[in-house]
Amino acid sequence: FCLVFFFSRICVITLAEAHPLLQSGKTIKNINYQISANCSRLQNKVSGKSKRTCLFIFQMQGAQFLTELAPLCRISSSDGEEYTIYSCIRGRLIEVNENILSNPALLQEKPSTEGYIAVVLPKFEESKSITQGLLTRKEYEEVLMKRRSSAS
Amino acid sequence: MSSLTEKDRPIVQLLLSTGTCPRCVLRFCCVGSQLLYRHPHQDLMKDLQEFLKNSQEKEDTVCLDVADPPCKRIRLEHREEGADDLNHNGAIPQLPSAGTGNTATESSAGKVCNVCLGILQEFCEADFVKKVCQKVNSADYQFTSFVFSVSLPPQLSVRERAAWLGVKQQMRNLGLPLAKDDIVQLKEAYKWIIHPQLSEELGVPADGKSLFEVSVVFAHPETDEECHFLATACPDCFKPAKNKQSVFTRMAVIKALERIKEEDFLKHFPCPPSSPKNLCDALEIQCNNGAVFVAGRYNKYSRNLPQTPWIIDGERKLESSVEELISEHLMAEFKADSFNFSSSGREDVDVRTLGNGRPFAMELVNPRRIHFTAEEMKRLQQAINDSSDKIQVRDLQLVTREAIGRMKEGEEEKTKTYSALIWTDKAIQREDITFLDDIKELKLDQKTPLRVLHRRPLAVRCRLIHTMKSEYIDEHHFRLHLKTQAGTYIKEFVHGDFGRTKPNIGSLLNRTADILELDVESVDVDWPPTLAD
Repeated sequence: FCLVFFFSRICVITLAEAHPLLQSGKTIKNINYQISANCSRLQNKVSGKSKRTCLFIFQMQGAQFLTELAPLCRISSSDGEEYTIYSCIRGRLIEVNENILSNPALLQEKPSTEGYIAVVLPKFEESKSITQGLLTRKEYEEVLMKRRSSAS
Repeated sequence: MSSLTEKDRPIVQLLLSTGTCPRCVLRFCCVGSQLLYRHPHQDLMKDLQEFLKNSQEKEDTVCLDVADPPCKRIRLEHREEGADDLNHNGAIPQLPSAGTGNTATESSAGKVCNVCLGILQEFCEADFVKKVCQKVNSADYQFTSFVFSVSLPPQLSVRERAAWLGVKQQMRNLGLPLAKDDIVQLKEAYKWIIHPQLSEELGVPADGKSLFEVSVVFAHPETDEECHFLATACPDCFKPAKNKQSVFTRMAVIKALERIKEEDFLKHFPCPPSSPKNLCDALEIQCNNGAVFVAGRYNKYSRNLPQTPWIIDGERKLESSVEELISEHLMAEFKADSFNFSSSGREDVDVRTLGNGRPFAMELVNPRRIHFTAEEMKRLQQAINDSSDKIQVRDLQLVTREAIGRMKEGEEEKTKTYSALIWTDKAIQREDITFLDDIKELKLDQKTPLRVLHRRPLAVRCRLIHTMKSEYIDEHHFRLHLKTQAGTYIKEFVHGDFGRTKPNIGSLLNRTADILELDVESVDVDWPPTLAD
């Protein structure tokens, strides 16, 4: 996967370029945010207070809390494969991208912008440790290169 | 104006004998003449003594009233009659000091009043007035009037109630009716006496609406001790004490006094109250000036300046801010304790504010100086402008608190115009962007931008782009002038914010677009009033 970090700790979860779904030939058949009988990422309630209140905590109380292995959605491709996209980081789920539900092609055409999967906000205290646990772009590319050379 | 009459005699008798000061006695007799209270307390004491002795004397020099002589005589006669009546009926007050009245007043003389604890005694004297005025003058405030506020120890309410219940009881025992008039409030009487003195010393009038406040806090060492019985009688009126403060706050005590039954009160507290051991202390004498408001418009020419200080975890991320550059000079001139900066909207660190600038208001808290001529304001404006090339201010002027509302109204209702430098990934030709000029009232749906989601609630906002005007630069750049509704996120309109602002320039042009530079061209609020240069 791939994460986009903002200065303000907000994280956007997207598919990394090496993800199978982004390889040529794959067509997305279905994207489902219903994780289990009781849990749908679409029903994530993030209640807001008026713009003038600074108590951001209230907004977060309703939102679903995710761990690294929490599934965000399941995507099935036309060739019968099914992929589960995981959160990869701990934090509160702010929103899932409903645009890819109505337009699944977006996920493949613009995976790192309009085709994002979800927005997650980690806890303030965990922000730093999370960033440190991830690969930089360069490191990621090195991993990919190693994989390709070992595969051939 | 009223003065003492026969019906007051038992009250005067009772209170003086228990150690009440003359002014409090007058209060309980509902005497409403302000002038009377200002008489020196020794004179008042003598007058009261005379009043009590009155029945024995034909020639009465007493008049507790400063009205015309004719009235004097009438009242004197009336008193004599009344006195005879009293003797006739044999309704003699039961206190041992009934006859002479001297013993009664003796017990009052020189003691701390059992009702006001010295407030209407020592704290009305010239010495105290001088002390207060010294404090005021040394604090070096500019003012044209004053309001004097006092904070009294809570047990004064208790003692007031005790004195009242004592009087009530006494009248009941004597079979006399109790007047339904209101007792003169302690604070009111105090202000009657002290206002003219303060006014004279300070050279300015007392005015309830004045912005300059002189406040005195009085305390008494026995507050907790004397109020303690209330806590047992009405425990739910008292909340646990915060920090080292007493649980017996004025509000809590008053509430408890409303609740407590007369019998319970009489059981636990002497009525009338006993003489205290101590005088009140004047704990604090403080001065405070009401806030003044300075308004103006600012231009921001730097792309590296936040509007308010940018500090994370105690570390300053960027040097200075619009707020600090403006407040520095104002704080120094007005000699205020602190300030509150507000403006009609904000711009990002990297956005310039051009044109007429953005309206702002600075509240200066507790300023020592409040009078500034138009000339002086102009010079202050020049000083600010000379000190920095990152910002400039105009139309700097003093405004009222109410005027701030106009500015905030501008934030939500008025339009703004912008100029954006836009980059596109795929090439564009002149013809590709001209259609933008024809789009009017474009409706946007903007989800809360990702870059502010950590401090703003998630929501979708509908905003209008009223007009646009494009200026072609080259195959990958063009400038766009836009006039938008207040609250529109321009940057997000350009790059789309991961598709969360729809439509956006990228979607309109069918390309990927990003914003390189943004300038605010105008903030269309016609406040504060433009000043001629």
